[in-house]
Amino acid sequence: MTEAMAQPAKRNPQKRAVLPTLPPFSRSRQALTFSSRAAEGRLCLQVCGSCETVVYPAREICPKCWCSALIWTDIADGGRLIAETVLRTSINTYFRERMPWRVGTVEMDAGPTALMHLHGDVEHGAQVKIIARTDKSGQGVLFALPKMETPNMADDRQLRALTCDPKFRRALVTDGRSAIGQATVRALSAAGATQIFVGVAEQWRPFEGAAELAAMPKVEILPLDVTDTDSVNELVGEIGGRTDILINTTEHVRPGASMERNNVLIAREEMETNYFGLMRLIQAFGPALRARGADGDNSACAWVNLLSVYALSNWPTFGTTSASQAAAFSLSQCLRGEFAGSGVKVINILTGPTEDAWHQPLPAPKVTAEGIAKAIVRSLQQGIETMALGAVAEDVLARWREDPTVLERELTQVAAGASR
Amino acid sequence: MTANALAGLADALSNGDIRVVDLTHTLDPDFPVIVLPAEFGQCARFRVEEISRYDDRGPGWYWRNFSCGEHTGTHFDAPIHWISGKDYPNAAVDSIPTSAFVRSVCVINCSKECAEDEDFLLTPEFIQQWEQQHGVIPAGNWVLMRSDWSKRSGAEYLNMRDDGAHSPGPSGDAVKFLIEERDVIGFGTETVGTDAGQAHLLSPPYPAHYLFHGANRYGLQCLANLDQLPPTGAVLVCPPLKIKNGSGSPLRVLAMIDGSGS
Repeated sequence: MTEAMAQPAKRNPQKRAVLPTLPPFSRSRQALTFSSRAAEGRLCLQVCGSCETVVYPAREICPKCWCSALIWTDIADGGRLIAETVLRTSINTYFRERMPWRVGTVEMDAGPTALMHLHGDVEHGAQVKIIARTDKSGQGVLFALPKMETPNMADDRQLRALTCDPKFRRALVTDGRSAIGQATVRALSAAGATQIFVGVAEQWRPFEGAAELAAMPKVEILPLDVTDTDSVNELVGEIGGRTDILINTTEHVRPGASMERNNVLIAREEMETNYFGLMRLIQAFGPALRARGADGDNSACAWVNLLSVYALSNWPTFGTTSASQAAAFSLSQCLRGEFAGSGVKVINILTGPTEDAWHQPLPAPKVTAEGIAKAIVRSLQQGIETMALGAVAEDVLARWREDPTVLERELTQVAAGASR
Repeated sequence: MTANALAGLADALSNGDIRVVDLTHTLDPDFPVIVLPAEFGQCARFRVEEISRYDDRGPGWYWRNFSCGEHTGTHFDAPIHWISGKDYPNAAVDSIPTSAFVRSVCVINCSKECAEDEDFLLTPEFIQQWEQQHGVIPAGNWVLMRSDWSKRSGAEYLNMRDDGAHSPGPSGDAVKFLIEERDVIGFGTETVGTDAGQAHLLSPPYPAHYLFHGANRYGLQCLANLDQLPPTGAVLVCPPLKIKNGSGSPLRVLAMIDGSGS
């Protein structure tokens, strides 16, 4: 049984912050494919198109029939632990700092036998549930969990190295004015966050839920307007060194395509919030998070962006908003590059139309604030870097993966034709 | 005579016989601006971005870009701001005759009434009562409505509720009275607009905007320190930025008052 994690001790201010070190990294295209699926929380291995052998580790050709058509496929997550050991030494600095470390050999139900990281509650010979996640270097790794939930399972030290669990961490939610922001605060509180900083812009304008937000325990409301550089810089001066998770829920959404605008003002407001707002947050909080990526059990660990799935391909009904979301999505990729090696994950939650005033005339299904909040916390708890939320976003993401050029036609021509 | 008057003015300014009062709020990113229903275009907030500050972007100098709307912060309203004033010649901030920017000013103190009633409306009767004490408002004067609203901050300033903003302003009849009976050149307030918070429910809606600008008169809003002005006898200095075809402009508003007693 995993021992319940205790609130991490406060850091000794006389000691230097621990700098991040990294587990090993592979750069082949096949290894990166495994990693990119793992980043979505998917357990995918290559399956031979000719002989259907499930291949592990990733290869260029099938080891059995030499066919080169290896297809990345979601596979069954069951397995059995057939051998285990505890590493007590390593030439890798990352693991040296974390000894002892438990690894084992799992016979996967899908066929291959693989060496993987082990949860502390997995016993020799037991059935396991295999997950694929990205580690601190961004590489996809296999991890064996107990088949059934065990007490304090998420507190396992080796598992926590792959996740961004908000438990005992301090999070900043950038927009407390919105239903999404408020639902996220509630979800973080329920997930055991130590403290939740909530940014509220323009406190001279009242907003729904203000009193409930202010009354919540562990919540500290602070002025933050992502369109105002000074405001962002003042906030980082106050809480930058204490923010372990940043969740950017601020968004500016308006229906309309280019020709439905008589000027660039609305589009500029969208860019100011969705793109430049994100950039201001990155410039202020990015260095602070990056520097604390290995700062103990409650280190800085995640940056969460709430993005429209139409960042991937423009939906003219919300055409200029889509364009600003595309800019923000691109910047999130830039941020992944800047965070590489820091141990801080960039998590993108992609949503379809949300349940709010700007999407009010649209038909269901729409994503609720509570649904988004749950997804944010789930992605943190599971260490998943990209999550499509709701039927619309899942569908758009799947079609984008299949063929972005066809999706573009579906969104710009079929959808436009239907509305004509 | 004129030369003597100017020399006298300069002397009085330097020796303190004339005191200069600042009626302007600081341009601050977090200062409230008027908020329209969300489907309308919105007034830009005041924003600043640093170009350099004695650093790698410019080692020896500090300078910034700022952006805002024509109606952000303490600002001037030109007649073309409103549809009723759109056809006047010389009615934009760059073409208004400059003599309008330096004028005598009457200050009507409504602060007690506004403290009791946040939707207080200035009426012709109230103005006439004021005149019984301070004399008839001379033609060509600015008239400022003192509400002490500038002492409010945060959410208290716009005072927004579910049915809109609640703040004082002039009634339609008061505006007509000031134009037709007193021929004032402009009207100023401490609130976010020259009209009351609930002025969309008046007839005509937004009477200060509709009628003053419809009569080619000017507006000032988000003024401060009106409690430092005498009811009469001060001179207002309020030149807006010379923005081509501008509907208004943020500006520094000053008043010259008798300082010989202080």
